[in-house]
Amino acid sequence: MTNLIIQAVLLGGYYALIACGLSFMFSVMKIINLAHGSLLVLSGYLFWWLAEYYALSPLYSLLIVIPIMMMLGWALQEFLLYKSARGGELLPILTTFGLAIVIENLLFQYFGADTRSIAPFIGDLSWESWQILDNIYVGKTSVYILCSAVLLLGTLQLLMQKTALGRQIRATAQDPDTAGIVGINARKVSAIAAAIALATIAISGLAMSVRGVFDAYSGGPQLLFAFEVTIIGGLGSLWGTLLGGIILAIAQSIGASIHPQGFLIGGHAVFFIILFVRLYLADGALANRLKSVLGVSK
Amino acid sequence: MSALTVKNLSVAHGQLSAVRNLSITVQKGEIIALIGANGAGKSTFLRALAGAHSPTAGHIYLDDKDITQLCAHLRVKEGLALVPEGRKLFSELTTQENLLLGGSSARAGQWNIEKIFKVFPNLVKRRHSKTGTMSGGEQQATAIGRALMSNPDILILDEVSLGLSPLVVDQVYASLATLIQMGTTIILVEQDLSRAMQVAQRAVCMLEGEIVLDKPMSLVSREEITDAYFGLHKITNSTME
Repeated sequence: MTNLIIQAVLLGGYYALIACGLSFMFSVMKIINLAHGSLLVLSGYLFWWLAEYYALSPLYSLLIVIPIMMMLGWALQEFLLYKSARGGELLPILTTFGLAIVIENLLFQYFGADTRSIAPFIGDLSWESWQILDNIYVGKTSVYILCSAVLLLGTLQLLMQKTALGRQIRATAQDPDTAGIVGINARKVSAIAAAIALATIAISGLAMSVRGVFDAYSGGPQLLFAFEVTIIGGLGSLWGTLLGGIILAIAQSIGASIHPQGFLIGGHAVFFIILFVRLYLADGALANRLKSVLGVSK
Repeated sequence: MSALTVKNLSVAHGQLSAVRNLSITVQKGEIIALIGANGAGKSTFLRALAGAHSPTAGHIYLDDKDITQLCAHLRVKEGLALVPEGRKLFSELTTQENLLLGGSSARAGQWNIEKIFKVFPNLVKRRHSKTGTMSGGEQQATAIGRALMSNPDILILDEVSLGLSPLVVDQVYASLATLIQMGTTIILVEQDLSRAMQVAQRAVCMLEGEIVLDKPMSLVSREEITDAYFGLHKITNSTME
């Protein structure tokens, strides 16, 4: 049981890391980014490509992939999401859904159906572990991933709460028109926020491709887990994302220990239980409750 | 020297034209009361000045510089600040954060957060509360403070006393008096006519998107303003013809 919990917490760190970008865009920019999973896979391919053809160590590749993803985030916001966000709550969802399909199929066209991983490029690290108790071992990469999740969420939290940029991002998310009246360049601030979100996706893309294998269509399950983590953790709280990741991972692990096929079911069950409890506790009519639980109410 | 010049400005909400061919010149240090019924186009006019609404025709000059095409945030940098109707605070942010946001444009000037708290002492204990949880008076004070943080040359106040208790309105006007002494140009919308006549030097009445009366306060009578407010002068004119 101890082992199960420890391993689940480590897995939860991974889930929190992949949910980071989604949760950030969701809570801060009020955009449900359905292309999150595909962007994750895209950054995974970038890491793989740099390692395969330029023999770059994945850690150094971060210095290249993060700026690329940030520019992509800036461009997405400036040319796509800025306009679609003004068309109502539903339009960004459709836009990012379409974007996901475009990215997936482009990746499939260029990289084919082979599954990829960058585990082969990091040497022994991919299977090394520490022994922490008599018969309990923890994988080094899993520990590193959990640490990066904590570090990343902490940095984001500090950025949002303590800096002028964070204040401007929060204000713009709440009311872009008034932000302009107050003297904030709302368009620029949103583009910076999108760039930050995609930078976190670059980091989680590294975690994903080190931990396992991916192909062009792996984005779907990643998006699903990230979404569940965001909802379980509660919106508007980045630390909640970490908690949400751990809760989801524990539920999945317990599910798997009950029945070999219980892994996914356990996670989904907890997601639905928490969703319905929130719905029950929220105020107002059903539609309002759903909106407030999903964070789309204004 | 004129601080603000508006020439033939028209603003529309879709098919509905809310401001029609409006021209006005505001001198430096002037206090103007903009008076008019609901739907006269006051708020739309003021929002167009601040850049929150783009006009269909006409020009706006700030210190003889054409700002008609300028984005809202750049107008703040040029020295124009609007306290919008309904305050429009960032309700999930604290008072201090709202005030700091007002300083985003980083204009040089005498206003800083400590000075705002000195002018609005009722905000001190609310410094770290979310503005969504505060009373109307505290919110209005925060909204004015937020606009002042940009060190404006021209301060536009839309519906200063809307939803405030008389006591709080007194407080707000007391703080405006400080501003007036410092020579800030002020355009304010006020439904309470006696108060508007007390504070402002010039009365500008709007009706159906047009200016129907524009006179110094000292030369205008209460009846004249009331007539302009309800559009009664139109009726008397037409009966005379």
